[in-house]
Amino acid sequence: MSDPNRRPPRIDARDWLEPLPAATRFSFRGSPEAAAAASRALGVELSQVACRANAVGERAALWLGPDEQLLIGAESDAGAMREGLVAALGDTPHSLVDISHRQVAFAVKGAHAEWLLQSGCPLDLDIGQFPVGMCTRTVFLKSEIVLWRTAPDTFRLEVWRSFADYVASLLAEAAIELSA
Amino acid sequence: MLIIDCPYCGPRPEPEFTHGGEAHIARPADPSQATDQQWLEFLYLRKNTRGVFAERWRHARGCGRFFNALRDTTTDQFLATYRAGQKPPAVPVGGER
Ligand SMILES: [Zn+2]
Repeated sequence: MSDPNRRPPRIDARDWLEPLPAATRFSFRGSPEAAAAASRALGVELSQVACRANAVGERAALWLGPDEQLLIGAESDAGAMREGLVAALGDTPHSLVDISHRQVAFAVKGAHAEWLLQSGCPLDLDIGQFPVGMCTRTVFLKSEIVLWRTAPDTFRLEVWRSFADYVASLLAEAAIELSA
Repeated sequence: MLIIDCPYCGPRPEPEFTHGGEAHIARPADPSQATDQQWLEFLYLRKNTRGVFAERWRHARGCGRFFNALRDTTTDQFLATYRAGQKPPAVPVGGER
């Protein structure tokens, strides 16, 4: 049992919330055949398993729904990703929308990452329930977010640009409790 | 917190979901031939069942999918969830699954 008097050690916001660099993002929708073509083009397997992300280098494909994936790459990779996908998908019915600038990303990391996110996210983020490689769209208080656990103590948090300040501020507010 | 079983994502917290009204309401097969009464029933008339009720739900802040659920409207207990297009599963009277 955990000790009710246990206090987490002091933390510094700069250690646990890191704005991630600008990135290329595509919202991809399509059948399993289209997903297979996109996988070949990207060199990253678009997961057919619910709530799982795959990454190779800086490219990643996050399962968001049965026919929906969030594709992420380096900012400088935009042209190559788009051309590769368009060529590979050809006439296969699909939807591919560049949403690079719609959202921004943070890394929430460190021993308190799970606790901090849990302050506003109703999902069970225990590593047994939300293992490394799991990703999903969910909520952080009143904002929609996408969460991806990239390491046991690191999450990538994607949030629509205009909600970024809201989410970051509330995470910072939760962190005050850790330094109390 | 109320946990709802998304047929695509598994058990998830209720704030991720939106309610979509009564399930299994079929659009008239030949809309241009439908009578005013058929349109009225399709668009507006809904049951208000006390007890086990088949409803549409949407995992709006998750996978985005609509699905169906059997919910007891007197207890708010979810008895079953199933994908759109599937028939409602049989549930034992009284509710426990
Ligand atoms: Zn779902």
